[in-house]
Amino acid sequence: MKKSDITILVADDDPDYLFQTVFNLEKEGYKTVAVESQAEAEAVITRFKPNLAIFDLMMENDDSGFILCYKMKRKYPDVPVILATAVSHETGLSFSIDSEQEKSWIRADKYLEKGIRPEQLDQEVMKLLKL
Amino acid sequence: MAVLKVLVIDDEPGIRSGVSRILNNFHVTYPFMDEDYTFEVTEAGTGEEGIEILERDMPDILLLDNKLPGIQGVEVLEYIRKRNYDIVVAMITSYASLDVAIRATRDGAIDFIPKPFTPQELKSSIENITKQQYLKRITHRMKQEGKKIRYQFLSVLSHELKAPLNALEGYLRMMQGKQAGELIDDYATPIERSLQRIQGMRNLIMDLLDFTKIRLERKEEKIQEVNLAEVASAAMVTVQPYAIQMDININIDVRSDVTIMADPDDMEIIFNNLISNAVKYNKIGGKAEVTIDSSDNEAILIISDTGIGITKNDTENLFTEFVRIKNEKTRNISGSGLGLSIVKKVVELYHGTIKVDSTPDVGTVFTIRLPKKPVTIN
Repeated sequence: MKKSDITILVADDDPDYLFQTVFNLEKEGYKTVAVESQAEAEAVITRFKPNLAIFDLMMENDDSGFILCYKMKRKYPDVPVILATAVSHETGLSFSIDSEQEKSWIRADKYLEKGIRPEQLDQEVMKLLKL
Repeated sequence: MAVLKVLVIDDEPGIRSGVSRILNNFHVTYPFMDEDYTFEVTEAGTGEEGIEILERDMPDILLLDNKLPGIQGVEVLEYIRKRNYDIVVAMITSYASLDVAIRATRDGAIDFIPKPFTPQELKSSIENITKQQYLKRITHRMKQEGKKIRYQFLSVLSHELKAPLNALEGYLRMMQGKQAGELIDDYATPIERSLQRIQGMRNLIMDLLDFTKIRLERKEEKIQEVNLAEVASAAMVTVQPYAIQMDININIDVRSDVTIMADPDDMEIIFNNLISNAVKYNKIGGKAEVTIDSSDNEAILIISDTGIGITKNDTENLFTEFVRIKNEKTRNISGSGLGLSIVKKVVELYHGTIKVDSTPDVGTVFTIRLPKKPVTIN
């Protein structure tokens, strides 16, 4: 599959982060669908199957990203999902998916701290899509 | 109903069964406790057996005889102290000689029950111990909760501070790599957005400073007579540029030219936050109104708007730090999520009250009542 055949759904309520993520992905050649809320993302996935999804963790709800992961995996078990957040490790509050139990219900394929470089993001996407 | 586990270590079977019999039908209750305490007694004839049970059951209270066939009571006490176990120990002994008493207290025993004892003596001892246990648990729980709140505050704060940095970094990288073109004009949006994010971050830092300031000790010399209408007018001037952008008409209605004894900075915090909210969360062409009134004892400040309003559900957390109502209408409004929590803290500092009434799509009314008489501020 070529990058230009791939559509990535990006949900983030930070308009700048959304703009940059979409900008960088499109620069790499992917198509994107950008939404600014959990509600919009839910509406999109009922009608459309992306090749990959990147969800921000905290949107209208503190756990919007988790909910979206769950709904995505239930509808499209084969679509990889990346969960992104700016919640920092310094505070001791981490959302990394470590234990088997967490993996079983969070079901994101990759957890990323925001502030990731565009080329790193591209690599993660390629890895998940086995490009 | 809470159960406290009691272990009695004594080589005399009569004492052990006596304790069991008395405590199994006993409960402790106090007006300040939210539940009754009852007791579940386990018995051990030797110190060794006692330690085994102790390791398995982790009792709350230990009644300990000093004179035992194998290891002595004080040695059991030492065992508990070395491991920092949270067990209240009372010695039951007929050999309550001074040196044993001193050693036992030094090693953590808190009470003595002289043998032989009457049921009443045992009960009053246990009652004391229970009260202590209860208070210890409550303080422990309160500390835990305090920690949790601070912890949440820090994690949200770091999230709020990092988000704009991430945005700026992303835009700068974009420019560094000339990813949107060769000309500076190709980056007009990223530059504009960066400036806005910097402004947002500056506001957050200013709010944080206010937030820390109101937590610090007051300096009494800053308290002076403050004319509330004057402070309100000054705040309106500050907000004016933004109000013009949104075509919002701010009106002030001074029904009573009331003055109160306060730190003028504090009053400024109240008006600045509420008036700027009345503009920020308004509709284009809307109205904001500041009313200053007074009753016999109180100054009454009413700040109302014709804005987007708040649902009943959302008003519950409105004054909590970093809670921002997130919905379609507030999406493009920037804020630190600290403003109203700061206002509430200031109002409470002056022993005042703040109330909110709101109807979605109609508007919001904040009513603040502050005592006119000088109050001790702490």
